[in-house]
Amino acid sequence: MTVADVVAPIGSSNALRAQPAGLFHDIKAIAGRALRGVPRDLEAVTPPIFISLFFFIVNVAAFQRPIQALVGGNFNYKAFQMPAAILLGVTGVSRAPALVLDIQNGYLDRLLMTPIRRFAILIGHMVADVTVAMVLTIPILTLGFILGVRFETGVVGVIAFIGLAALWSLAFAGFGYAIALKTGNPAAVNSTFLLFFPFLFLTTSNVPRSQLSGWLDTVAGFNPVTYLLEGLRSLASSGWEWGDLGKAALAIALLGTLSMSMCFAALRGRLKRG
Amino acid sequence: MSDVAIRTESLGRQFGDFTAVDKVDLEISTGEIYGFLGPNGAGKSTTVRMLCTLLAPTGGKAIVAGFDVHDKPGDVRLRIGVALQEAALDPKQTGRELLRLQGLLYGLPKSAMAKRVEELGELIDLTDALDRPIGTYSGGMKRRLDLVAALVHNPQILFLDEPTTGLDPVSRVSVWDEVRRLNTELGMTIFLTTQYLEEADELCGRVGIIDRGRIVAEGSPDDLKRSVGADVIIARVDGDAAPLVSIIQALDGIQNVEAHGNELVIATDNGSAAISPVAVALNGCNAAVRDLTLRTPTLDDVFLEMTGSHIERKDSDSKEVGR
Repeated sequence: MTVADVVAPIGSSNALRAQPAGLFHDIKAIAGRALRGVPRDLEAVTPPIFISLFFFIVNVAAFQRPIQALVGGNFNYKAFQMPAAILLGVTGVSRAPALVLDIQNGYLDRLLMTPIRRFAILIGHMVADVTVAMVLTIPILTLGFILGVRFETGVVGVIAFIGLAALWSLAFAGFGYAIALKTGNPAAVNSTFLLFFPFLFLTTSNVPRSQLSGWLDTVAGFNPVTYLLEGLRSLASSGWEWGDLGKAALAIALLGTLSMSMCFAALRGRLKRG
Repeated sequence: MSDVAIRTESLGRQFGDFTAVDKVDLEISTGEIYGFLGPNGAGKSTTVRMLCTLLAPTGGKAIVAGFDVHDKPGDVRLRIGVALQEAALDPKQTGRELLRLQGLLYGLPKSAMAKRVEELGELIDLTDALDRPIGTYSGGMKRRLDLVAALVHNPQILFLDEPTTGLDPVSRVSVWDEVRRLNTELGMTIFLTTQYLEEADELCGRVGIIDRGRIVAEGSPDDLKRSVGADVIIARVDGDAAPLVSIIQALDGIQNVEAHGNELVIATDNGSAAISPVAVALNGCNAAVRDLTLRTPTLDDVFLEMTGSHIERKDSDSKEVGR
């Protein structure tokens, strides 16, 4: 068989002809590829699961008794700690390192030479990220259920919980993509997670806001993670607290707007540089 | 499709103060194999990246398949196939996944994709390897996969950026055969960059020679070589060859003499008749001749005449007659 047997003559009527696939199909194709890459890249997703499980178990063992004694009442420290563990697991998990490899091995150029809409490349990766983040919440939630955590908001609340955690993961992933597209450097992308550390510890990750004082309370007040945690916790412990949920959604929206602006600007910059 | 597949007018690209491509004018007919020949860093790949819509020109314009690369890049992308210098592949995908994804992004119907992928796999003799990760392929297999990935959607114009760099001689000839077939049997226009003179000579109907971002010569390989002379005598001497130019130029039947370092390049209509007088003349002026070579001109001679330096030395098809 030769090329001429496979490729149709120019102008022949029975030839397969290229046409724009459409935005939805572009995104679906890229997301499908990104998701197929996850099981081949398990080293990117297994450590966050273990780290979050580890901190969940250790923090509950270390702080449950003193915090419950401090707060009193029916305070459930396991339900309180579970959202922080989940954020630890899903934050910084993205396909941005894979995008860096695409840049380095030229595959991004191959994608860019197809009629795909440019931003569909990013959105497709992000659809995959949201899916992965949802899956990553399951082990922590399962452990929480085993340890006796129950959701006041029921099954719908669990779904909302997973959705908020995944959207947070997506909002944070935007920084990883921005760094990937700006630098093309895998080490820089992998260090994105370090950005999250101050956000995670300068907040109510281990103790309730009422127990914070001085400068830490002030900083926590400016930290979007504080409001995200309060929204997530309300789903498990209090019921449908729309004020808390609204603040959580706003925190995600603000961070997401910033990170998405940065990553789409980085994409435009890379396209301009060629 | 019009008769002109690719046209550029004063096409240019600056990177800061550096001019990578400088006012390049091209007109390539539909169905032509056009070779873009030049040494590393001459501006070949930058030109290809502009024509493929990967890089925006900073000057001039380029029309590919009837569409401006700046104003209508989407229309250009539907009609071109590209195999860049480095095989642009994802090592973690399988060959089948890569070809299928290419097809999906070009909007090919899903119903036709499975058959298409099988055909393409068979074409490049990779059927058994299609379900293996591309990272396990040899260099030659990757090159072949890269080439057919550019053909999934039956492009009108195929860009090949140094398609045989790094291939063994057998694989190189195989790529040449397929390029010829694409052109002669399907009428596909092929824009090929290369630093191999032999490749340009073998494949291309016309060649543009680029150096430091500028086209320095253009024409059919035969015409370009004829412009140098019917035969070329190369004399390498110890020391500077420049003082010998006037001595050789004075001999009968010599068209042109140029000195490049310790090398004299002597163009003549009849090399067999001229080589003895040249040898005698060099001996007469006590030049220490290290070797004396008679051969037909190559594109490297054209490049040497235009730019004063070689593209590469190893490709010369020479017959050494004396030492």
